[in-house]
Amino acid sequence: MKKVYSRIESITGNVISVRADDVAYGELAEVSTRFGPSLAEVIRLDSGLVSLQVFAGGRGISTGDEVVFLGHPMRVSFSEDLLGRIFDGAGEPRDGGPRLAENLVAVGGPSVNPSKRIIPREMIRTGIPMIDLFNSLVKSQKLPIFSVSGEPYNQLLARIAMQAEVDLIVLGGMGLKHDDYLYFRETLESGGAISKTIMFVHTAADPVVECLMVPDVSLAVAERFALKGKNVLVLLTDMTNFSDALKEIAITQEQVPSNRGYPGDLYSQLAARYEKAVDFSDAGSITILAVTTMPGDDVTHPVPDNTGYITEGQYYLKGGRIEPFGSLSRLKQQVNGKTRPDHRGIMDGMIKLYAAYKDTLEKKSMGFQMTAWDQKLLRYGEAFEREMMDLSVKIELEAALDKGWAILADCFEPQETGLRTDLIDKYWPKKTA
Amino acid sequence: MTKTIGAVTGVNGNMVTARAQGTVSMNEVAYIAAGSGAGAKRLKSEVIRIRGDVVQVQVFEMTKGIKIGDAVEFTDEMLSVELGPGLLGQVFDGLQNPLPKVAEATGNFLEPGVYLEALPRERKWAFTPAAKAGDRLERADLVGTVPEGSFTHRVMVPFQLLGTYSLKWVAPAGEYGVDEVVARLDDGKGKEIPLTMSFRWPVKRGVDCFAERLRPTEPMVTKTRIIDTFFPVGRGGTYCIPGPFGAGKTVLQQVTSRNADVDIVIIAACGERAGEVVETLKEFPELLDPRTGRSLMERTVIICNTSSMPVAAREASVYTAVTIAEYYRQMGLHVLLLADSTSRWAQAMREMSGRLEEIPGEEAFPAYLESVIAGFYERAGIVRLKDGSTGSVTIGGTVSPAGGNFEEPVTQATLKVVGSFHGLSRERSDARKYPAIHPLDSWSKYEGIMNREAVDYAHRFLSRGAEVGQMMKVVGEEGTSLEDYLVYLKGEFLDAAYLQQNSFDPVDCAMSPERQRHVFKLVLEILAAQIGASDKEDARSWFYRLRQGFLDYNGAEWRSERFSALEKDIRSLLAQRVKGADPRGSRLIERLE
Repeated sequence: MKKVYSRIESITGNVISVRADDVAYGELAEVSTRFGPSLAEVIRLDSGLVSLQVFAGGRGISTGDEVVFLGHPMRVSFSEDLLGRIFDGAGEPRDGGPRLAENLVAVGGPSVNPSKRIIPREMIRTGIPMIDLFNSLVKSQKLPIFSVSGEPYNQLLARIAMQAEVDLIVLGGMGLKHDDYLYFRETLESGGAISKTIMFVHTAADPVVECLMVPDVSLAVAERFALKGKNVLVLLTDMTNFSDALKEIAITQEQVPSNRGYPGDLYSQLAARYEKAVDFSDAGSITILAVTTMPGDDVTHPVPDNTGYITEGQYYLKGGRIEPFGSLSRLKQQVNGKTRPDHRGIMDGMIKLYAAYKDTLEKKSMGFQMTAWDQKLLRYGEAFEREMMDLSVKIELEAALDKGWAILADCFEPQETGLRTDLIDKYWPKKTA
Repeated sequence: MTKTIGAVTGVNGNMVTARAQGTVSMNEVAYIAAGSGAGAKRLKSEVIRIRGDVVQVQVFEMTKGIKIGDAVEFTDEMLSVELGPGLLGQVFDGLQNPLPKVAEATGNFLEPGVYLEALPRERKWAFTPAAKAGDRLERADLVGTVPEGSFTHRVMVPFQLLGTYSLKWVAPAGEYGVDEVVARLDDGKGKEIPLTMSFRWPVKRGVDCFAERLRPTEPMVTKTRIIDTFFPVGRGGTYCIPGPFGAGKTVLQQVTSRNADVDIVIIAACGERAGEVVETLKEFPELLDPRTGRSLMERTVIICNTSSMPVAAREASVYTAVTIAEYYRQMGLHVLLLADSTSRWAQAMREMSGRLEEIPGEEAFPAYLESVIAGFYERAGIVRLKDGSTGSVTIGGTVSPAGGNFEEPVTQATLKVVGSFHGLSRERSDARKYPAIHPLDSWSKYEGIMNREAVDYAHRFLSRGAEVGQMMKVVGEEGTSLEDYLVYLKGEFLDAAYLQQNSFDPVDCAMSPERQRHVFKLVLEILAAQIGASDKEDARSWFYRLRQGFLDYNGAEWRSERFSALEKDIRSLLAQRVKGADPRGSRLIERLE
């Protein structure tokens, strides 16, 4: 029989404290509130006083509410039954389906031994040329999508979820607008990808503590599937909301803030999640793509800044397109030498010409005379944006490379492209009479 | 003395409060017995504050599962590392657990509470005694030697044995394990002290068993041109590499760890990406050390506490690394310690300081940040040992400033104490100018491989070239005189042909000092030359050709036929245009001979 504590000593924000003994750090408890039971997690022990953060929030909790400690830390059910299901941050069903309670696994487990990691070596194809061709996504990579509010980052994530060649998708939503949640659900359902997807969704209206749990439960489930040999892609949106939730809890806990109010351990907190990306030598893998919105388009804001130090590159989403200049996949060199001989050549060549096109645009906007070469660049740049950069383009890498050659041949003479002669000889489209 | 024990009274993140009975010392190691049954584990921690009988410890593991009342056992030992033969080539975590062995024990994940011995126990070492019975010995004096890779590993009197001892017995030459007694000392009061080949030393105390600390006068060659020629690092000196993310800090460290002209390299991967450590881990055993022809791993020790590993052990990792470096220094070896990144270490201090509810300094870093950083870098140095040989520890640390802004506390505290500053700039890395060390912001207080005056002369072209470049942005190319424009082109040429170096090119990635001197002289000749040009377009295309020539020249094997042929081409290209030379430049070139 579990002991019931019915005297809550203090309630500050989402944190309550009770006098109790034999409680472990990180243990879960159930608080029965007037709105029904809620889980709570032990976040501090101080002599007899136990502080808990209540998942449902502190609002409406009374000092007379009952607290029962459950004797285990936060766990999530893991089985094939998770596929196609939608849960909230506490692991409760959101889709009206049955609760899952068997085979519970702990969340936030220890990190992978670095000596058991392997050098990433396989590409994940997404059918998006700006990713596959120019900044390949690599299995076990962790990459943020830096973006400004209002950009179609959730649309991009949904497209990746539909098209990426992986066994399983875990989608973690933090502070999602309800519309966006429905958008994800409908898109994945109509696209047929829902059966290989598991969603953990916290919407903006849900209690903030649950937001903190989303990456941990998502990654714990992903890790289990990876250990079973699955290649899992974890999509997180939006990590800035997660960081803001961290900030909110830290401030109510009266922690000394470090930079713009964020707690001093923001880097470690983010790293603990991102570093879950891994390729097991004898099992599957976890790849993480996470949206990070940049307040005020400022990359030096603490969240994108700390993220950039942790992740292996970044995609910049700007003006509805993946920006080719700021975007970088640090691991692309590991894989793009093995695809087709012209991959690296086209990748560098087309970007250089696109940079030249940008210079020409600037010249044009300042009213300079356009030379014949400038005209060619303008034609090229428009074609490149329309047929490569546009987010709705869906083509295989090989087809994208062929299209690259077609665009080049349409706009330039072979020697103007700066590509290696052997590549031109092999791939330059032959003029048909 | 009885063992001090205590019981947990509070847990806050990785800080645990306990009530202790008996004596407790600062920075002592304590174990917390958490969990029960199959989940029982002993978690290592370090005492960081004592107030009456209330002791606060930082736990080197995740604290989940610790309960009020859990037993705490104090060891009366400071956090220490094991020193002895067999450290080279290993991969440790911040507490000196060998990670491959941990993987054998616990599989893919780092389970808390698993601590393994650092030195291989099964291995036998060929011991040769160097002292004989009756010798008077002090700490760090030589007892015998064992071969370790290509080094002669000195078996020494443990550093913590103060006073003078007489050697009663020393083992005859033969094969011994690290736990076997190889000598016995007599302390003169009848007490006998058995010595093995290994001993422990507290990581937060510098090893001070040397005759004298010297001033770093010789350069430590890195084979990176911009460092060796322009911003050299002294052997036994310190340097730092601050830079925003993506500017190439880690690549620069990796290149240095391969090419640096030192005996031993210790890599402390402190709070950074695990993937980067994996690259070093998998690649080093395949690469050859050009100095010895053996695998690079044989001269390397990796201390790795990546960003998702427990934060308190991150703080310990830099001390573990520097202690191992000092140990090999005591053998008359030159050691380079590369710490990536010291900002993560400082952040670990900040987290702990916050939990201790200390009054925060700037950006919530603790007030003692500067003195702790200074204390760490001061453990570098070149020393004369008691036997007259010299050994050194050189420390190079990267700094990851928030937002790439150098005006933050960690960068500023580091700049105060280091001898050389290699500031990386986003602007240069965006322009793919690698290494992205900014030539106008960086500085060095050490003597390099080149005459200082000649280097300054070359550097003037960079700063004046940059000025002209700035001016041109305002007045346009038309408004710039040809004379100024030539200075600008010379600056750009020096940058492209000499400062930038391709770390992925098999030849260009490492340039010997001898070759640097040779090439630098040629570069100086070009800088000092008065170049004849009809107009700016003409000058620019000539410099572009020269630059192209240099790129091929830098990629040619030193002293090969191709090298000489390319140099001849460059010289004939130069001869076409040179109209005379700046007398000051010529004088400096003569002096370089």
